[in-house]
Amino acid sequence: MNESYEATLSAPASAPVTCDTNPVEGWLRMDRMPHIWCPGCGIGTSVNCFTRAVEESALARENIAIVSGIGCTGRVAGYLLLDSFHTTHGRALPFATGLKLANPKTKVVVYSGDGDLFAIGGNHFIHAARRNLDMTVLCVNNFNYGMTGGQVAPTTPEFAVASTTPYGSVERPFNLPYLAQSCGAVYVARWTVYHVKQLTRSIKEALLKPGFTFIEIVAPCPTLFVRRNRLGDGLAMLKSYQENSVIKNGADTRECELGMTGQIICGKFVDIDRPSYLHNQVSHLRKVLGERYVIPDAWQGVVQ
Amino acid sequence: MNADPRGVLTGSHFLDGDHAAAEGALAAGANFSAGYPITPSTEVVERLATRFPFTGGTFIQMEDELAASIAIQGAVWGGAKALTVTSGPGFSLMMEHIGYGVITETPFVLVDVQRGGPSTGLPTMPAQADMMQARWGSHGDYEIIALAPSSPQECFDLMIRCFNLSEKYRTPVLLMMDECVGHMLERVVIPSADKITIEPRRYTKKGPGETYWPYSLEECEGGCLVPPLTKVGDGHFPHITGLTHDERGYPAMNATAQATLLTRLTEKIRKNADDIITLEEDGTQDADVVVVSYGITARVCQPAIARARAEGHKVGFLRLVTVWPFAEKRIRELAERVSAFVVPEMNLGQIVREVERCAQGRTRVRSVTHAGGAVHDPDEIYKAIREVMA
Repeated sequence: MNESYEATLSAPASAPVTCDTNPVEGWLRMDRMPHIWCPGCGIGTSVNCFTRAVEESALARENIAIVSGIGCTGRVAGYLLLDSFHTTHGRALPFATGLKLANPKTKVVVYSGDGDLFAIGGNHFIHAARRNLDMTVLCVNNFNYGMTGGQVAPTTPEFAVASTTPYGSVERPFNLPYLAQSCGAVYVARWTVYHVKQLTRSIKEALLKPGFTFIEIVAPCPTLFVRRNRLGDGLAMLKSYQENSVIKNGADTRECELGMTGQIICGKFVDIDRPSYLHNQVSHLRKVLGERYVIPDAWQGVVQ
Repeated sequence: MNADPRGVLTGSHFLDGDHAAAEGALAAGANFSAGYPITPSTEVVERLATRFPFTGGTFIQMEDELAASIAIQGAVWGGAKALTVTSGPGFSLMMEHIGYGVITETPFVLVDVQRGGPSTGLPTMPAQADMMQARWGSHGDYEIIALAPSSPQECFDLMIRCFNLSEKYRTPVLLMMDECVGHMLERVVIPSADKITIEPRRYTKKGPGETYWPYSLEECEGGCLVPPLTKVGDGHFPHITGLTHDERGYPAMNATAQATLLTRLTEKIRKNADDIITLEEDGTQDADVVVVSYGITARVCQPAIARARAEGHKVGFLRLVTVWPFAEKRIRELAERVSAFVVPEMNLGQIVREVERCAQGRTRVRSVTHAGGAVHDPDEIYKAIREVMA
């Protein structure tokens, strides 16, 4: 699938560009710098990709809102110069659901971590994907709870050490793309923070696609997960992503499980069309109630 | 500002309190609700789900009460007027988001149709046992506004009042119903839209791109402690967080920021207690004994008061229409001259603690408890009145 897509990604890079300021500075709350993330952390790289994707998507700044939960990735909302919401632990998705329903002209992006979205927020994730409300979910998966000191997460690989599994976790982790697909996401992709071009392109695609779109972003937590499991440092992890990643667009998500080391299957796995919640709501109520249906003011001209 | 006639079902209706509360929300201009089914509150959202498609509103049933109580806050920041509705166990789950609403200053209404607890308790039977949870249930220090209706008519009227207070003070407001009021059918008169006063949301006057900070008092006059709101898409790009924050909305992890924020959040309620508190009084001017009650119990105590009065006793009646903030000033005044307070409530003694605190030992305070599942026998209240008279 998508050979031309791959061809553009492997095209030679253009000449190096020099500049005096950070090219994505305009999307950041520079008055909040420095950020809290550790050296070698992958979250900042993902934010860089996100801002570039937003720029390329040509969405107006006032038409994007960002919603985060709690944790290291939960801090993303606070650094982006957008309408930005740092909500409660695990609840970014239901907050985003209310926001989208009240204000559907806004592109709502949920940007949070694996623990936030899939442990405490797991229930919300499966239902949000099922509803297929238009929103993009970006999950930075660093395989543990970074903010609180490296506890085991629902994504921690089998036998990996975390502060609450000091002798190794024996639980089977979630395979996030498979979970997202089976719950109904219309777009599912996975990239590591090594794949900055592919990730940027993928975020742009997800932003512009109607329905519930999901991208897993594999990232190192050098301070905790990587150090505790003796995997090296941030740079070593990027090298391992380079060496171990296999791009398989259209791969069967059942085969996309992640281990402590070994193959990381990346790519765009799902890209289907399914009528969104808003579309279904309006078309169904029009059918059932006819002229008596009063479409919400904020939906006028937005939901067809 | 008058109500939008689209949501106002003007006329005389035979409604239970749950349905009347739903009509109150519609009349107040609510256009968003998220909920999760729970007895005995579900009829409120069932009516909203039925009525919203005709009034331009949206209802969504969420996956749990945590989701419902935060979805409404997302909707408010998206520009909606929103409410959620629950009962005991769901109220417990919503506690976290009361705190989020308080610290982010998000206006919304949360209805708790109280049933017997703890835990699953008595799903279909009444209690007034969530009153202290309403006050203190979310962690941390905060002030909250809570109103308690005694009839379906008041479920309608006080729902509008709840929305108005939430907008005026930019805070969550609780409507503390109970199963009895929720399922009781009575006449409810809904006035015409032009007779219903609505407190409009106060948005910033700053234009898109102008510097707007979501917690700045720059646009506040006359000691007002409530900053104006914005909404998504207006070009102000606020950052909203549940962390302690400065006036910019930016996280500020220090004791000074904490003191500054919490002082303003509590003072915006405390300093306006006289505006927020509504009491109903009868015969308190020359009373020897005052019965202090709220919600359905304020009606259950009427035969007891009537009987004691018929016997020549000077018994006053004070109903806490606003339960939180507590009517400290009035209870203190009365404590100076009455010989006793009698406090019947459908719990094992909650609001009586507040009455005792305000009485400061100056007068006797007699609790008349009931574990819930049914209302008091008025005789129990009568006996308590006679006992303190003796």
